[in-house]
Amino acid sequence: MGVDRRKFLKLAGVSAALGLGGATGFQLLRPGALDAAERMPTPYQMIFPKEQGNTEVMPNPKRLKGRRWGMVIDMRKLTPAKARAAIEACDYYHNVPQIPGKQNIKWIWTAPYINVFPETENPWADPEIKNAQFIVLCNHCNNPPCVRVCPTKATFQREDGIVMMDMHRCIGCRFCMAGCPYGSRSFNFRDPRPFIKKEYMDYPTRTKGVVEKCTFCAERLAVGKLPYCAEASGGAMVFGDVDDAGSELRQLLRKRYSIRRKPNLGTDPQVFYLV
Amino acid sequence: MYDSGKIITGLVIFLAIFTYPLWSNMGKAAPVPKPELPPKSVATQCVADTNYMRTSHMTLLNVWRDDVVRMGDRVYVSPNGKAYNMSLTNTCLECHSDKAKFCDQCHNYLAVAPFCWDCHQVPKPKEKK
Repeated sequence: MGVDRRKFLKLAGVSAALGLGGATGFQLLRPGALDAAERMPTPYQMIFPKEQGNTEVMPNPKRLKGRRWGMVIDMRKLTPAKARAAIEACDYYHNVPQIPGKQNIKWIWTAPYINVFPETENPWADPEIKNAQFIVLCNHCNNPPCVRVCPTKATFQREDGIVMMDMHRCIGCRFCMAGCPYGSRSFNFRDPRPFIKKEYMDYPTRTKGVVEKCTFCAERLAVGKLPYCAEASGGAMVFGDVDDAGSELRQLLRKRYSIRRKPNLGTDPQVFYLV
Repeated sequence: MYDSGKIITGLVIFLAIFTYPLWSNMGKAAPVPKPELPPKSVATQCVADTNYMRTSHMTLLNVWRDDVVRMGDRVYVSPNGKAYNMSLTNTCLECHSDKAKFCDQCHNYLAVAPFCWDCHQVPKPKEKK
């Protein structure tokens, strides 16, 4: 008994032919039968039965349109009072809590020159620059390391360059905080609500266990308004389209010398400082 | 059978304790929830048909969430052609202004605790005049 070599080879040949021919055979006899995955319905077709009628989603027609958003911070115009106004506006309208100690949450804050531009030490530099308090925020890098390390795509780069946070997806692993060379991200070690002085009802707070940061006021751009800090800073912070050669931002960058934070890291930050 | 008295007594006690939740709650069904709809003066229709909203509002909210945060599409046009700003606090709760009388009714009945409200704000119910 048993299978001799001749029989085995025959059997193997036939099964191989069947296996290889399977999908091709389907395509020949019933084209499209295996293409179900390509014809997945859109979310709205899936959730709405047909008899409901057509629904549509679209961006707000009033939104600001830009190919690559960026910001210029003019250190000659930025007085401490203006910086404070910008920070206070941001903190209030985004429900940023004030937590004493190391667990504080920062979206936009001030830091001395030595911390903002390390590796540019120069003992004889203009003391006005060296002693100035620079305003710092998320740089919305063109090549954001935080996005690269996020395991859930909770932080992602929009088409217009804004590095966004999707709080719904954040699992609080804090890889992005390790990835960000600017310290622009903060983790909610505890429920932030008790630490919010006055809640702004139109914007959500965050919850324990998520990372948050500046979003270039994506919710404001969506309705055609400028970010709160740009509005409150009295012209010291200029928001605009880096890709548009005619924008006010590009004119400023052409006229004056600007520096960026840690450019040697290759993150291509989009926040420029005029010194 | 050895020790039948002890065993049977033990079994009876065990069954009594084990089934306690069943017979202690008999005939005490919680009342069916009655979520309070916004008055006709505020709105007469929702972003979709009532039956659909009753069964699938969570799916709709999830799709809205992704559309707004990830795609940047913030305007929703309902089947009857009305445009809405896709926002839980600013659109849904604008009409359904009292969370305790609307959302919580069914959520409590079904013992579900969605964590929307950990972040999204609940406007204080408007004073009735």
